[in-house]
Amino acid sequence: MTTLLVLIPLLFAAAAYVLPSDRWRPWFLPVGGFVHLGLVLKMLAEDAPLPVGAWVGIDPLGRLILIVVSVLYCCCAVYGLGYLRFRLKWGNRVFVPCLLLFLSAMSLAAEARHLGLLWVAVEATTLASAPLIYYNRNRLSIEATWKYLLLCSVGIALAMLGILFVAYSGLPKEHISLQLDDLLAAAAHFSRPWLRAGFVFLLVGFGTKAGFAPLHTWKPDAYGEAPGMVGALLAGGLTSIAFMALMRVMQVMAAAGEAEVARQAFVAMGSLSLFFAAVFVIKQPDFKRLLAYSSVEHMGILAIGIGIGGVATFGAMLHMVNNALTKGVLFLAAGNIHRRFDSKRRGEVAGAITVLPLSASLFIAGFLAVTGSPPFGVFISEFTILRGVFSAGHFTLGGYFLVMLSVIFVGMGSTVLAVTLGPPSERANKVDYQETLLTTGPPLVMLLLVLVLGLYLPEPVRKLVLDAAGLVEVIR
Amino acid sequence: MESSANLLLLLVILLNFFILGSSRLAACIRTAALQGSMLAFVPLLMHPISGHTLFLAGSALALKGFFMPWLLFRAIRQVQIRREIEPMIGYVPTLILGTMATAGAFIFGDHLPLIEAHRGTLVIPCGLATLATGFLMLITRRKALTQALGYLIFENGVFIFGLLLTEAMPVMVEAGILLDLLVAIFVLGIVVNQINREFSSMNVENLSSLRE
Repeated sequence: MTTLLVLIPLLFAAAAYVLPSDRWRPWFLPVGGFVHLGLVLKMLAEDAPLPVGAWVGIDPLGRLILIVVSVLYCCCAVYGLGYLRFRLKWGNRVFVPCLLLFLSAMSLAAEARHLGLLWVAVEATTLASAPLIYYNRNRLSIEATWKYLLLCSVGIALAMLGILFVAYSGLPKEHISLQLDDLLAAAAHFSRPWLRAGFVFLLVGFGTKAGFAPLHTWKPDAYGEAPGMVGALLAGGLTSIAFMALMRVMQVMAAAGEAEVARQAFVAMGSLSLFFAAVFVIKQPDFKRLLAYSSVEHMGILAIGIGIGGVATFGAMLHMVNNALTKGVLFLAAGNIHRRFDSKRRGEVAGAITVLPLSASLFIAGFLAVTGSPPFGVFISEFTILRGVFSAGHFTLGGYFLVMLSVIFVGMGSTVLAVTLGPPSERANKVDYQETLLTTGPPLVMLLLVLVLGLYLPEPVRKLVLDAAGLVEVIR
Repeated sequence: MESSANLLLLLVILLNFFILGSSRLAACIRTAALQGSMLAFVPLLMHPISGHTLFLAGSALALKGFFMPWLLFRAIRQVQIRREIEPMIGYVPTLILGTMATAGAFIFGDHLPLIEAHRGTLVIPCGLATLATGFLMLITRRKALTQALGYLIFENGVFIFGLLLTEAMPVMVEAGILLDLLVAIFVLGIVVNQINREFSSMNVENLSSLRE
């Protein structure tokens, strides 16, 4: 089962590469995606016990990540059918296999119960996604790809260093294992200086991939230049995987009794991310880069949730789900608008609602959802985190959090509304692109999911999130 | 055995300085290759010879000593460049920074409590100094290819740390790490080529349209 989740996308990738037809190749995306989703659902239903000491296995956190990634991927895959049909001339012989490889690498990362294997999988996600960012094949996209590759590779090399430090903290022993169960069992006797130094490297390393400020500089470029569906997968999938890797580190730190140090670091990172996001969101003329800063903001919120602990950890896990789905809505809708106007700058794009009524409405609804307006799910999860912050007595942090969130709301709102409302700009008919069911259906589905999560949290979902939070936190 | 391993590690530090101070790309790549091959022999000197250490040494020699330098050489042949143009920080200041970082590495290395078996080894300071060298290359150089080279040196630094744990780490993980590194250099090489085609030069300065 666990191997199938990795192997099936891999096989589909190989098949897609071999198939010569650009017209039919995109069909591998939804087929591969839905088979993957089916397997994940079957796994959730079976609820098989976790084999102790194995290198791969699906624990509650892995389960949560897998279902989020799989749902997001399926939506993007269906959207991809419509998108790649429009871009038929550009070919997709590299694009489609890389998307499937990306899914395979993300599944492996979610299943890995060994820090070395986790590292390999996370690095594989970087390598598989680099060609996706370069899909537009122009000067800007190559610049974005280069920055992404270099920054993330250096970040991930630092994470390797952190893993080595953590392993060294367990010496002297006959045999050190980087398997998670073994690490957690042995963590109490780890050497503190090595473990702490290792934690710092891991936080910076995986934090670069998650995009905490000030390590986020690849984000606006990559999200801005990549096609909308790739942006959705990066902002919803890749960052969730990086966040999960950080949770693994947190597990080890908690087992070693060093949770307090880790917590403080997370709160500091999170507060800084909120600040950077707020500064750059204001007057941001480019609506895709705007989404990138929103992603920095939400990574910051996640970090604060984990840093505060208690009920906020539950909030953070739930927030990860909401963030992934909402980012999917926003990026897919933004992609449609970008394509029609052939521009993503405020001023050049205006009045999208007249020419692309559905996409523009989805974009506005997604904006409301992502900034935490009720009744969407993000509101509930941000509220839970805030409740945790205030009940733990961090009033200054809570106030700061609220101020930053309102600044971001105003900053994002001004650009989003300028782009969507008003009379259409002269570029409105630059490209003959019409929205279809394929390119508006998937974001609509995700929006409905976020709405449902906001109105009512189904018991199985609640249990899933609670179990995942329980790995790093005892929830009272 | 211990002292010969330390001697090799000292040579690795010297090579760091050579790479920082040299403007000829071919010489830089050759030095990085030499550094990689020297590092490949260190596990044999530090640990008893076994199938595992032999595998590690062999694959590190093949990849770091031959294959990756070959990829980089191929890239410079294709894009026809010989020298790094004037870096953002001159060669002499970079060398001074490198010296300071190396000194810092020795001081910091003293503060980390090593276990009994590893006392007196130069692995920690050498690893940190090599990491710093790679990092300096990454931030001061303007050619995409020199940055890729900087990444390679940076990875050498991580590899040096790994030497302390060779006996403890499973072969599978090491194989995976080396494979990922290989693919990373490969992808970087492809991107270098694309940059060259797009801008007809490899200066990263061209890559500066995306900013706030």
